[in-house]
Parts: sequence; structure tokens; C-alpha cells
Amino acid sequence: MNGKCWKFGDDVNTDDITPARYLDTTDERELAAHCMEGADPEFVRKAHAGDLIVAGKNFGCGSSREHAPIAIKAFGIACVVAESFARIFFRNSINIGLPIAECPEAARQASEGDELEVDFKQGRIVNRTTGGTYSFPPFPEQLRRIIEAGGLMAFTRKLKGGEL
Amino acid sequence: MGMTITEKILAAHSDRDAVRPGDYILADVDLCMGNDITAPIAIEEFERAGFQQVWDPARIALVPDHFTPNKDIKSAGLAKKLRLFAAKHKIAHYWEVGRVGIEHVLLPEQGLVAPGELIIGADSHTCTYGALGAFSTGVGSTDLAACFATGKVWLRVPGSLRFVLRGKLPRWVGGKDLILYTIGRIGVDGALYKAMEFCGPAIASLPMDERFTMCNMAIEAGGKSGIIAPDQATRAYCEGRAQSPATIYQSDPDASYAEAFEWDVSGLSPQVSAPFLPSNSRPVEEFSEVEIDQVVIGSCTNGRLSDLRTAAELLRGRKAAPGVRLLVFPATQQVYLQALKEGLLEVFVEAEGAVSPPTCGPCLGGHMGVLAEGERALATTNRNFRGRMGHPGSEVYLCGPAVAAASAVTGRITHPEEVVSEEPPVTSERGKR
Repeated sequence: MNGKCWKFGDDVNTDDITPARYLDTTDERELAAHCMEGADPEFVRKAHAGDLIVAGKNFGCGSSREHAPIAIKAFGIACVVAESFARIFFRNSINIGLPIAECPEAARQASEGDELEVDFKQGRIVNRTTGGTYSFPPFPEQLRRIIEAGGLMAFTRKLKGGEL
Repeated sequence: MGMTITEKILAAHSDRDAVRPGDYILADVDLCMGNDITAPIAIEEFERAGFQQVWDPARIALVPDHFTPNKDIKSAGLAKKLRLFAAKHKIAHYWEVGRVGIEHVLLPEQGLVAPGELIIGADSHTCTYGALGAFSTGVGSTDLAACFATGKVWLRVPGSLRFVLRGKLPRWVGGKDLILYTIGRIGVDGALYKAMEFCGPAIASLPMDERFTMCNMAIEAGGKSGIIAPDQATRAYCEGRAQSPATIYQSDPDASYAEAFEWDVSGLSPQVSAPFLPSNSRPVEEFSEVEIDQVVIGSCTNGRLSDLRTAAELLRGRKAAPGVRLLVFPATQQVYLQALKEGLLEVFVEAEGAVSPPTCGPCLGGHMGVLAEGERALATTNRNFRGRMGHPGSEVYLCGPAVAAASAVTGRITHPEEVVSEEPPVTSERGKR
């Protein structure tokens, strides 16, 4: 996947991604319409499906609200690259199939508007604007099984069905 | 090599003799919990996946506490989704308005948490129950949906940070001050993916209510869980309350920690965290020029009986400053009733504060105290992110109940000592002086 990157700082919290006033719905289109609104009210007007979010440390900290990764995924963000992720946001992303990559150097050295290419098979990020190439470790086996099953619910169906 | 209390609980719940930090386990859950914001997504995921039956209706708790009493039509729809699911699946632990309280105060109070258990909740502050020597952690809605179906959760075994707190706490300094101080020292990602284990003499003498407050905010340092090994205070709390037997674990003397911290807290001032991160904590004295529009006393962090007693001690015979809106939220109906019997609610009303039914409402800018642009609140809640309590141009400062109550009286952030050292208050029993 490759796309234009939108840059955010450290400690972007889930209130930034999906402010609580939009938690009165479970509809992913409604949530997508307010994606990142607390951090940048203009985001949904500037960004496009296929773009990437690039952020600093502790992305997605705060509330457990899954509405936040749902909003990002439903908006069409191809991948979130960050120096690090808060743990509930991390597991929510794995569970619902929002691609995320923890790659401190790539995140730090990218500027807004750079074209990034993320290759999960190779564990590699190429910044096509600057030419920088970065590697990140693959997810551990246990998480890959969830991802490859198509998310936690599909994994759980298999688990219950005795396939795992 | 020994294990920490956290590793022991996780090993026991995954049929292993031992686990190590970094291990992935599929753990058996003793209780899972969701609220009116997170559970609706879990219910939809559960049903979309085609599951017909929950794993065990006696081990699921659904707590409509965030936008209740229903704040608007859409929120009423979310609460209704919980109600219908609870009825359909005969969920044992579901509470309607009038019985419901804030989840992280309600579940321990109702005896649904016992030492040694493993509890997950689709709410980040689920880490609260570690105060009872349980492993508890916040997860997402899909995790909850999967747990509805299987009773299991995938976990990476966290490394542990050990916090040894020494010394005797000064007056007006409590669990909230200790945790704000701790977060200030290590930062909002200082415990990322880690279990925060609190121990030492200052913890041993800390009442249960304040232990809950400390573990509640482990997430604000990025922690996976907070935990305090059970002792006499834990046993006393569980006596006649806990619905399942306790399993007492202690960390081994040779357990391995990612890092250890040791602080003497004898000289600690009450702490206040400035916007927009809980880690911006400093002594209350540094904020004495900060004027406030609203004071919120309550939440899963500080809405327990002892919090209300502390606040009432300072507000008795005094009034909220002109221009200050004082809001008090007893966290559960039981807390509310006891506060009523003890005359605490009378104190708050006479102080010209508004007493609300139990709800998470204002903490997350939901309802019952949302801030306008440019307004500033001082709150005993747990987050001061930009826009957390309302307009993105509003501010939240965090503190414990004593500082909140004292500041309500003066209209600016105030050390409780300043209020008590002024002329003695008028008390309603003795009439006007």
C-alpha cells in the first residue's frame, strides 16, 4: 500500500480521533465523518481514502473506544505508522483489521505530504519522497493468526468451530 | 526465577506453570464487562459473527453508566441495545437506572471482583480492580464480543514496574495525589504495555477506596494494569461481599521487574495536573492563580464514599464561590444512599452544589456538566485531554477530592489547608454564629 501521509505528534488520544460527542452511534460512516476531528477539524476535508496517518509516540492513548480505529478504517486510511501505539488502540486495530506499523525512524523522518509505501510482507516502509527505507519487525505469530483469519471475530468463529 | 503477582495470575488463567513477559496467551476470563458506549459495538459484532449463545451469562456484566440517565434519543438507543441483549441472554449482571452506578465502583462494591481473578472490560479504566489483587485490564469492543462467545481473551504477558512508596502521607494527600505524582514522574507512556505494581508502607496504610483510585489511573501512564497485592485491608473489603473465593497471590522475592522505583512520599503536596495531559502534575501551590468555572467531584476515579467524606469535610458550613458551578457525582446508588444518611449530600446542597445521580457524564464531556469554549474545570476525574469535558477550547485540571472541594470555596485552585485555616465555618447544627 502507498499513499500521502498526514503527520501528527505524540500522545494523540482517542478523544482526538473520535471526540466523545460522536460516541452516540455505532455507524462506521457517521464515525468516519468525524475522523481525527479533535486533533484537526479539517482532516476529513483534506485527506482522502488511501492516505496514511503518521504519528509520534503513544498513538491512540486514553479511552478504549473502538470507535477511534473504526473511524480511521472506515474513512479509508490505508495504514497508521507511528513511533509507538497505546496498547488498547493497538489490539483494537489488530482485532478489526486496521493496518498499523510501529516504525520509529520512518515516523520521525516523514513530513506531511510525503508519499509512503508500506509493505507488511517484507516489513518495509519506503518514503518515496525522500528515498528513505526503513524496516519494522513482523507481528508475532499469534497476532498474525488473528490478522490472517480476517480479524478477531473470524478467528473466534474458527476457534469455536474447532479449526484452531 | 520467581514470578510477579501479575505473572502468577496470568499463568493460572492459561493452564501454565509459568509465563514470562512477552508470552502470548489465550487466557480464561472470570468476568467481562461493557458499558452503554462500548457494548453496543460488541453486541453487533457478536451477532454479525453469527453467535447465538453467550459463553456464560453469569460472567458478563453490562453497565449502562456513560450517557445515562439517557442524555438524548441516540444514547437512549444505545442503552436500549444493552437492555434487550441482557434480557435475551439472561445476563446476570445488568443494572437499570436507579440501581446502576459507575462501572468501576459498582463491580467491586457488588462483590463481582475477587483477588486473583482475571477481568477484562471494554473500558480503559478496567485496570481499577487491580486494587483487589486481581488482574484487570481494558480492552476493545471486539475483544468483548469474542469473550461473550468464548470466555477467553488474547493477552501479551506484560512486564512489571514496581513502585515502592515509603513514608507517611501528609494530611490532604491521598491516593489520587500519589497516582498523579507517579504519572508525572514516568509520563503518559511511562508504563506502556506494563503492569504497575504498587507496594511499600504508604500503600499498606492506604484505604481501599484510595487503592482503587491509584489502580484506576494506571492507564494514564499507558499501563496495562495496576495491581496491589492483597493484605488485611483487601480481605476486610471482600469479607461478606465477594461472590467468589479469593485466590491470594504475592510476587516472589526473586521476581523480575522491568524497572523499580522507590519514592518517599512524606513531603508530598496535593497534586494537580494541568491541561492537556495527566502527566502535567505539580504541587497544588504552583496553581494558586488559576481561576475555575466548574468543579466536578466524582467519577470512577474519585466518586467513592471516602472521596465524598473528604469533600464534605471541607465544604461543611461553607459555600461554593460565586461563579463556580459545583457538581457532585456519587458513583453508585449505595454510595449515594450512604452519603445521604451521613448528611454529606446536605452539606453539598447547602454549599450550593448540585448533586447528580451516578453517571460518567461530565468526565468524558458526555452530559451533566459539559464545558463551553474558554471555560475551565477542576475535576477529580482522570483525563484532561483537549476537549475532554466539552468544547475543544475548554480546559480540565485534575486533582483529588480535597483540593477540588477547597477550590470550589475559593474559586481558584487552592490548597485545602488554606480553607481550613480561615475562620471556622458556620455549621447548620449550631445555627449562625
